[in-house]
Amino acid sequence: MAFGQAVGDQLPTNLANAADIPRTLGQPDQGFEGNRFTGIPMYDALTHWDLSKADAPSVLIPGLALSWAVDAKDKTKWVFKLRPGVKFHDGSAFNADAVVWNVRKVLDKDAVHFDASQVGVTASRMPTLRSARKIDDLTVELTTSEPDSFLPLNLTNLFMASPAHWQKKFDAAAGATPADKAKAAWTAFAADASGSGPFKMARFVARERLELVANKAYWDPKRTPRIDRVVMLPMPEANARTAALLSGQVDWIEAPAPDAMATIKQRGHVIHSNPQPHVWPWQLSFAEGSPWLDKRVRHAANLCVDRDGLSKLLGGMMGSPKGTVPPGHPWWGNPSFDIKFDPAAAKKLMTEAGHSAAKPLKVKVQISASGSGQMQPLPMNEFVQQSLKQCFFDVEFDVIEWNTLFTNWRKGAKDPSANGTNAINVSFAAMDPFFAMVRFTSTKTFPPVSNNWGYFGNAEFDKLIADARTAFDDKARDAALAKLHARIVEEAPFVWIAHDVGPRAMTAKVKGVVQPKSWFIDIAPMTMD
Amino acid sequence: MLAYLLRRLVYTLPIMLGVAVVCFALVHLAPGDPLVSVLPPDASAELQAQLRTLYGFDRSLPEQFFGWVWRALQGDLGTSIATSRPVTGEVLTAVGNTLRLAVVATLIGFFFGCLFGFVAGYFRNSLVDRTASMLSVLGVSVPHYWLGMVLVIVFAAQLNWLPATGAGPGSSGDWAWDWAHLRHMVLPAITMSVIPMGIVARTVRALVAEILAQEFVVGLRAKGLTHFGVFRHVVKNAAPTALAVMGLQLGYLLGGSILIETVFAWPGTGFLLNSAIFQRDLPLLQGTILVLAMFFVLLNLLVDVVQTTIDPRIQRS
Repeated sequence: MAFGQAVGDQLPTNLANAADIPRTLGQPDQGFEGNRFTGIPMYDALTHWDLSKADAPSVLIPGLALSWAVDAKDKTKWVFKLRPGVKFHDGSAFNADAVVWNVRKVLDKDAVHFDASQVGVTASRMPTLRSARKIDDLTVELTTSEPDSFLPLNLTNLFMASPAHWQKKFDAAAGATPADKAKAAWTAFAADASGSGPFKMARFVARERLELVANKAYWDPKRTPRIDRVVMLPMPEANARTAALLSGQVDWIEAPAPDAMATIKQRGHVIHSNPQPHVWPWQLSFAEGSPWLDKRVRHAANLCVDRDGLSKLLGGMMGSPKGTVPPGHPWWGNPSFDIKFDPAAAKKLMTEAGHSAAKPLKVKVQISASGSGQMQPLPMNEFVQQSLKQCFFDVEFDVIEWNTLFTNWRKGAKDPSANGTNAINVSFAAMDPFFAMVRFTSTKTFPPVSNNWGYFGNAEFDKLIADARTAFDDKARDAALAKLHARIVEEAPFVWIAHDVGPRAMTAKVKGVVQPKSWFIDIAPMTMD
Repeated sequence: MLAYLLRRLVYTLPIMLGVAVVCFALVHLAPGDPLVSVLPPDASAELQAQLRTLYGFDRSLPEQFFGWVWRALQGDLGTSIATSRPVTGEVLTAVGNTLRLAVVATLIGFFFGCLFGFVAGYFRNSLVDRTASMLSVLGVSVPHYWLGMVLVIVFAAQLNWLPATGAGPGSSGDWAWDWAHLRHMVLPAITMSVIPMGIVARTVRALVAEILAQEFVVGLRAKGLTHFGVFRHVVKNAAPTALAVMGLQLGYLLGGSILIETVFAWPGTGFLLNSAIFQRDLPLLQGTILVLAMFFVLLNLLVDVVQTTIDPRIQRS
């Protein structure tokens, strides 16, 4: 089915405040927005997220691997059985050699095709993977540095690029050394990519457009595209994107301007949204002298945020959190502390902790004025500031530039970069257990190792994490993670304020849209009138 | 003339070196990690160190600076951290797109600026003067990104007469001077021309008023020259300054269009700078700023030369 006429065939993206299309060579940049637009449409990974349901959590499903299991004797070794008959877009076969090659591209510095530019965005998302070994054409063994049940989840981030296609680029590349040739080959590959995903690259113009065409030979009939062509245009400015939709220049925009929602609907367009595994919190400091060391204060703050009011401020484009993951999620765990708006209970807790209107508790939060995933940090934080005032909190902000805040996040609350703050407002993705929970609650992830900015953690949490990491049965792993999540909510190392709902606006011509509870969305099953 | 030109060229060299130093220092003085675009904050310390070495950020700043200048002299501005594409190619493509837009905006601004300025100056204190002056003050005062958004709302979102964004129906590389492409340029070019128009109009108005008060104009009138004849002399006397102002405005437009290019998703240097800043892509940021600064320096040189050609008094001084 043709995807619109002259101007109707374009799906622009906002691309996370960046004026560029995410990298197209297999390992996209720009975080999960990159995976959404150039990873998942063009490439496959060994494991996939199920993006077919809007009303259930997005769970792990087989991708290029049909099945996987950890070695019964050595829990650092996993065997993955691969899907037969899969071809890359250039016609070469996907097999165990391709998996080994794709692991080596980011983990083996001695490999000719090793690419430093892909390491950061990939290796950090599968922190324990060390190597891959071919057992036979359709079986591969992956080794981790320690027993890690999260590996199959992490592998959704390792996209399989075609080794044969890259080799052609390498053979044709100019360069004095193999490393120079490899660098040139990756640049050429990015401009003429080959994965095995439901869409093939047709045209790429850096910073201007990416045109994808349907891969009619895709291995999954449910995801074989019915749209012939998709054009992605980077538009970093929200009002410009909105105007492009309203003028009929494009059929889909990401993150429309919040104050244009009513106009967009009036014009007959459709706004899709669903709570994402995205958390917009204040991450609290447990360093010596922090006002958040008292659990009553942490609970009071969580009970004193008027989330309904905040949602109104955002035109309804916000989910109200009950924790890092929502009730009904496999990792929910039914915590005993209920996060809700109950100012009376919050005031009671604050009074017990020795605070009152005359003697408010001073807290200082480091925030940014903008940033990817930060939603609208200034008005949102000011709203929370006002909301907490009624519960005897005197909130002060330290507003800094987004990239600097991001860098400080790694340095921790004890670093001079914290500038006297005792909370930090950095939103994060909660797709997998490490990123959602482990990095914020383990004593092994204190700064500068990872993002446990507030130095929250103790032997109990380390044990809960270890239990989850070594539970290799899916149900047992989820149960262990649920225990961890419940304890996190009960101890409240965050003030959970909002979940993003990923609003996107489309013309009514776009049909078959399923917006899952995920950072991602699958373009393949969509159709155009 | 040749000696003057050579002297001006020699003066340009230390300016260029200074520009390179400032450009490098500013980018490196800004807080934040240069590897932020390729290194998530959850990356391990080991991985951070590994990438720092691979990208050469473990070397001392002087070492990095001289390496960068040496490669830049050979036309290699490095490789973008975020995209791994050569910076030189990225910048040149963007400069071409911005130049196209800036020249058209400059021509519009210059034409209407001169028109308003000469008319207002020649008919001082009349209704025409007040109207033209009001328009020029508006041009200088109205924030151009705001004007751009208003134009988009009216002409793209409401009337659907013109496209809201982009540099053509395809990519900027397919640019042609036909209506299909020019319609994409109308709104950004008008938005961009407003400030130079206002500045030129105000400058020319003041110049014309000053020239008209000079004795030679009285002499010209005493000789019996028509209004048009006097006007021609006034134009000739005002032209060097107007040209100099316009040259500087073109320089500003080449580098100062971040907001307009972002609003209109025009893939020029402003769009590139926006991307480089948000991704903290140091090689791209340095390369773009350097090229823009060099443009500015060379444009100043060109304006000096043109001014000297038009007005020999400058050369003699």
